[in-house]
Amino acid sequence: MNQSDFLNSVLPFKDKMFRLAKRLLVSSEEAEDATQELYFKLWKNKEKIAVYKNVEAFAMTMTKNYCFDRLKSKQASNLTLVHSNYKEKDTSLDKQMEYQDSVSQVHKLIEKLPEKQKLVIQLRDVEEYDFEEIGKMLDLKPTAVRVALSRARKTIREELVKQHNYGII
Amino acid sequence: MELSKIEQLLEKYQNAETTLQEEATLKNYFLSGDVASHLQEFESMFSYFAISKAEKSVKPIQLNTKKKNWKWMSVAASIALLFSVYVGNNYVQEQRTKAQYAEVMSTLKLLSSNLNKGNEAVASLYTYEDAVKKMFKTK
Repeated sequence: MNQSDFLNSVLPFKDKMFRLAKRLLVSSEEAEDATQELYFKLWKNKEKIAVYKNVEAFAMTMTKNYCFDRLKSKQASNLTLVHSNYKEKDTSLDKQMEYQDSVSQVHKLIEKLPEKQKLVIQLRDVEEYDFEEIGKMLDLKPTAVRVALSRARKTIREELVKQHNYGII
Repeated sequence: MELSKIEQLLEKYQNAETTLQEEATLKNYFLSGDVASHLQEFESMFSYFAISKAEKSVKPIQLNTKKKNWKWMSVAASIALLFSVYVGNNYVQEQRTKAQYAEVMSTLKLLSSNLNKGNEAVASLYTYEDAVKKMFKTK
C-alpha cells in the first residue's frame, strides 16, 4: 500500500475523526493534534488496514480509545478539563452559534452527558451511523446503543424544555 | 409533512426507535425554518446536529515529517551547552597557563642576566688572579 492508496482509503473520514475527538477532548486544537497522531498510527499500521473490512469503524474506535487515554493521562497529572482553559479561535461553528443561544445550549448539555451517551449522540445524530456500526465502534450491543441514545436524547430535550420555561417565567 | 406524523416520529426518536431515514425526515422538517412553536426544543437540537456535522478539521495531515520532538531538542541543547562550557573553561585555563609561563620566563631572563653580570665579575677576578700568578712565576 503506497501513500496515495493509504490516503484515499482513510482521508474520507478525517473530519468524522476530528469531530469525535473534539466531542471528547473539547478543544479544537487538541482534536487537531489527536487527528494528526491517529493518522500516524494508521500509517504505521497500514499493512493491517488492508486486511480490515471496515477501516472507518476501526479508525473511529481508535479515535475513541486514543481520546480516552488522553483524558486519563490528564486526570492522572491532575489537569482537569476546564472549558475556560480553551479559548476557541473563531471557528465557523462558534460564529454561527453566537446568535443562537438555544443551539449553543445543546452543545453544553451534550458536554455534561456521560461519555457513552456523548459518543452515541455524536455517532448517531451528528455522523448518522447505523446502530450496528456504532455497536462495532464502541464494542456495545446494538440494544445497549439504543438505550444510551434514548437516554441522551431525552435528557437533552428535558433540559432544553426546563430552560425554555424558566426563560418565560 | 403533517404535524401529527412529525410528533409520532419524535416519540419514536426519543426512544431511539427511528431509522436513519426517519431521522432524515425529522432533520428536513426542523431545518425548514417553519416549525411548530411547541416543538422548538427539537429545532435547537436538530440545528445543532447539522451545524456540528459541518465542522471540519483544518490542519492538513502530514505523514512523513514527524513534528519536532521538543524533548530531544532540549537534550541536544543541554549537551551543546555543557560542551561549550567545557571548551570555554579549557580556553580560559590555557590562557592562564600561558600568562604564568610568560611571567616565569621573564623572571628567569632577569635572573639569568643578573647571573651573567656575576659571571663577568668572576671572570675579571680570574684574569686578576692569572696576572698575579704570572708575576710570581716569572720571579
